[in-house]
Amino acid sequence: MVSGQIGGRDARTRAARWDLCLAGLLAPALAVMLLLFGGGLTLGGLQALGYLPGAGMTELTAAHFTRVLQDPDFLTSLGLTLHIALTSTVIAAVVSVALALALTRWSIRSRLVHFVLQVPLTVPHLVVAVSMLFLLAPAGLAARLAAALGLIASPGEFPLLVNDRGSIGILLVYIWKEIPFIALMVLSVLQNAGGELIEVGRTLKAGPWQRFRFILLPVIAPSLAAACLIVFAFTFGAFEVPWLLGRTYPMSLPVRGYKSYADVDLAARPEGIAIGLIIALVVMGAVALAVWLNRLAGSREAIR
Amino acid sequence: MTRWRPKALAAGIILSVAVPFLPLVLWSLSERWFFPGLWPQQWGLRAWQHLLDAAGGQIASGLAHSTALAAATAAVSLVVGVPAGRALGLYAFRGKALAVLLVVLPLIVPPLSVAMGLHLWFIRLGLAETFAGVVLVHLTVCLPYTVFVMWGVFANYDPDFEAQARCLGASALAVAWRVTLPLVWPGILVAGLFSFLLSWSQYLSTLIIGGGRVLTLPILLFALMGSGDRPVAAAVSLVFVAPALLVLLVSARHLGRGGLMGVR
Repeated sequence: MVSGQIGGRDARTRAARWDLCLAGLLAPALAVMLLLFGGGLTLGGLQALGYLPGAGMTELTAAHFTRVLQDPDFLTSLGLTLHIALTSTVIAAVVSVALALALTRWSIRSRLVHFVLQVPLTVPHLVVAVSMLFLLAPAGLAARLAAALGLIASPGEFPLLVNDRGSIGILLVYIWKEIPFIALMVLSVLQNAGGELIEVGRTLKAGPWQRFRFILLPVIAPSLAAACLIVFAFTFGAFEVPWLLGRTYPMSLPVRGYKSYADVDLAARPEGIAIGLIIALVVMGAVALAVWLNRLAGSREAIR
Repeated sequence: MTRWRPKALAAGIILSVAVPFLPLVLWSLSERWFFPGLWPQQWGLRAWQHLLDAAGGQIASGLAHSTALAAATAAVSLVVGVPAGRALGLYAFRGKALAVLLVVLPLIVPPLSVAMGLHLWFIRLGLAETFAGVVLVHLTVCLPYTVFVMWGVFANYDPDFEAQARCLGASALAVAWRVTLPLVWPGILVAGLFSFLLSWSQYLSTLIIGGGRVLTLPILLFALMGSGDRPVAAAVSLVFVAPALLVLLVSARHLGRGGLMGVR
């Protein structure tokens, strides 16, 4: 009994020491994130709700949010931002899957190709946007090429591809940047699990489409979805590319938010912060929705 | 299956990745280049000389600012993030889901939402328009990333090696230095290099918190784009992209194929 008691106390002190050790490992990072990230959003929320004690405003009001949401231009901006984020994500995803399939199918394992494929991951968005401007602007490299081929006579005849209606310049930057990101995520799954399963499918006489739809797609779906979600969240909230390659009207939500925030009229500042928080909410909502759908799909599988 | 298709795909990949670099290189080497010309009418090194000149002193200081900021941010991220990654990777504990949420959420919430909220507080604390303030706002982007990478590294890590070394009489410090560090070194390298790059690429959060006082390369590049001096903007873009390619070379050497998976 005595030894048991000692053992119990020993285990308890060990557990306590272990807890302390764990807290020591985690506490600094969690404190920094809670303070800077949580603090940033909370303080932003207070300011967007009109709480500015320094300016003598201590009453909470939803007026800034309602003004932002009731502005007819808000929906246009939201639509534009969704268009940019969804279109670039979908196109990048389709190309990435095709690329990953082709790379595994033809077993291209050249170090050079895999190295080159990683280059866009590290290049800052800003540099790609600058380059796209030099490439696609009315007097850019593409227009000069068109002129050399006799397709156009003056820069004005070149189709507008930057600061344009369809946001083509912005989409091209994101697609160039995000394809390798999604493709590498998909590729790593395919290399680990793809080959054998496809062989099984082939022996069971599955056609190419069936092999893709019922074997490969379910295998890559989780990574593909995660990658797409990250890409969507990023493109929805990014500022530099639409700022440089977008039109002055309508503006994407991040550009609009920053413009309001940096307005000479300080009264517009809470509205800018409100737009920033709406962006954060949309992105978090998208993730929550994805998690929920995933759980739903999981439970359906279980029932089946 | 025809042989040329894989080769065409490989060539296509290399070409597509190379395209955006072409206008930057051409413009940075052009002296005069009017519209219909497919090549510059006059080549020259004016843009590059400008970067080195006294007039380009601002760009040299931008380079120094960006480097110092990114290095400081990466260092703090590692010091704070590696232990947290260890805790998440090795142990299951109560409240882990909450800790994970706090680490994962900042990976998807755009920095502009956070920076705008922090600004007023940083002004009160005297952190706005300072180096330290910008490091702190960059941390909200880089630290979660570091923790995330190290979490993955420690999830595949066997702490028994440490126990064995302790049994053989190694001190705690010797274990950390000669057992743990060599085992997780590739992960630390990737996390550090990419925290550096993430901070290096930040524009809006630097602008909001730095208030135009902390002049990093991206801030100068935006100003140059406004001024319309294309050759200099192209040259600065190439300088701006250089560390990214360098990081890629280093990590490719240390990690081999697919080492950058999941990196943004």
